[in-house]
Amino acid sequence: MTLGPGLTLLAQAGAGAGAGAGAGTPPVDVSWVELGLAAGLVLVAMGVSSWQRLGLTRGFAVGAVRAVVQLLGVGYVLVYLFAANRWWLVLLALLVMLAAATKTSTDRVKERRRTIVPIAGVAMLVGAGVTLAYVDAIVLRPGEWYDPRYLVPIFGMIAGNAMNGAALAAERLQSEMEARRGEVEAYLALGAAPARASAEPVRRALTAALIPSVNGLAVVGLVALPGMMTGQILAGSSPLLAVRYQIVVAFMLAGAVAITSAIVVLWYRRTFFTAAEQLVARGPG
Amino acid sequence: MGGAAGVGPAFELVDVVEERGGSRVLDGVSVTLPAGGITAVMGPSGAGKTSLLRLLNRLDDPSSGEVRFLGRPVRDYPVRELRCAVGFVFQTPVMFPGTVADNLRRAVELSPSGAAAGAAAGWIERLLEAVELDGDYGARDADRLSGGEKQRVALARALATGPQVLLLDEPTSALDPEVAERLLATVSRLNAERGHTVVMVTHRLAEARQHSAFAVMLEAGRVVESGATTELFERPRQARTRAYLSSAG
Ligand SMILES: Nc1ncnc2c1ncn2[C@@H]1O[C@H](COP(=O)(O)OP(=O)(O)OP(=O)(O)O)[C@@H](O)[C@H]1O
Ligand SMILES: [Mg+2]
Repeated sequence: MTLGPGLTLLAQAGAGAGAGAGAGTPPVDVSWVELGLAAGLVLVAMGVSSWQRLGLTRGFAVGAVRAVVQLLGVGYVLVYLFAANRWWLVLLALLVMLAAATKTSTDRVKERRRTIVPIAGVAMLVGAGVTLAYVDAIVLRPGEWYDPRYLVPIFGMIAGNAMNGAALAAERLQSEMEARRGEVEAYLALGAAPARASAEPVRRALTAALIPSVNGLAVVGLVALPGMMTGQILAGSSPLLAVRYQIVVAFMLAGAVAITSAIVVLWYRRTFFTAAEQLVARGPG
Repeated sequence: MGGAAGVGPAFELVDVVEERGGSRVLDGVSVTLPAGGITAVMGPSGAGKTSLLRLLNRLDDPSSGEVRFLGRPVRDYPVRELRCAVGFVFQTPVMFPGTVADNLRRAVELSPSGAAAGAAAGWIERLLEAVELDGDYGARDADRLSGGEKQRVALARALATGPQVLLLDEPTSALDPEVAERLLATVSRLNAERGHTVVMVTHRLAEARQHSAFAVMLEAGRVVESGATTELFERPRQARTRAYLSSAG
């Protein structure tokens, strides 16, 4: 699959760069004044909150400030990253993103065991890493393999989805293993291997992790225009080209989620059994 | 795992201690359970009866002490082989999703001779017959059976792996007396006709008295008394046993 000159357009969309390219009209610039005007819309939300006493007024104010600070911070980091253009800096940035994704995904697992953190981390490293390498080396093939204008935004999407997959898989496996404790133990008591005894919880956890990907593929473009595609169009790219990128992204996300959640489930499952093929005692361990 | 009935004990526990959540659930248990007969494990709630039973097919391991099956430490057997040889029927039967036949099929697949047993025609009917269920139970949804029927399916499922021993944890506690009595008659028959060693936890004294040849009285994680059931009921040596027999009787 060759995407030709569109590569530069993806780069613009990913970086949020202001300057237009030859293909379309230059995008509208957003100045500080205009950002201030946009803030008026948050004031509307705060107004609704205080009118109905939702107790969210402060939350909106803090959230708006955080959004500005965080996004500006990321913007400057990206500017630096693109200017430096060093492969090891790019990989370092990807690792930081991965660490943040690992933390977020494991924080969501209720009554989590400590072992889930390295499991989710390694699963995402493999799932997101393999997918990124495939897209980079085989599908998109940018001039420099480490070009941050491709790797950073693409990895952001992959890691975000892998993160949700890992969290769903771990959370669901944990609850299924609790709820089906009797069934799992009945299998063990009959002489079943742990893999056989936990086949049903594993199947259900994997299904739960993959359902969003299946649904995402089915409704993409109908219910919601994906952010990346929207960004490309805003940056002046042709919609048909943006669509081709989006197709690549949709497929890539499905693959990344599948790899990551399969690793999480098969590895996390092992922590529920002892070496003598007994269920470990209830509670965190 | 040869070891004919009546030759040597089925299980020996030597100074078994099990700690759970900081307390001793079993506190130095040493007892010998004979092969070939029905042993009743009795005692008040929380005495450690279930905990003891779970050690016998290694659903749990003790903190210290040793459990032997047919003269060998249970840890020396491949654990799946041990569990096929020592079947476990839980207090509340757990049915696998699907029909009764599905339940039996999943169990038979796990037995060492699974493929052969599964290939023999009519094996499902024979298993159902062994637990006195009609052949057409095979097609029934296992989840919709009554408590007594589920317990029989659980028993048939345990038999499907070709065990020498059946461990039954209060198999009748959720059943009304008449259904309970019929289930125990089935267990007695399996013991008599097929020579299965049975270790059965119960707190119905009449049940223990009528169906077991050997009895173990457990209290607060310790063996108070063990011996032939008639001896234990008619001439209890320990005051604690006498008290339990008269209060619970
Ligand atoms: N996993 C566990 N963690 C902590 N305590 C436990 C655990 N399992 C059992 N116990 C405790 O060990 C003691 C013995 O439990 P066990 O289930 O063996 O008793 P039992 O004699 O079978 O009682 P019952 O007749 O009520 O079934 C109880 O006090 C129980 O609370
Ligand atoms: Mg019990």
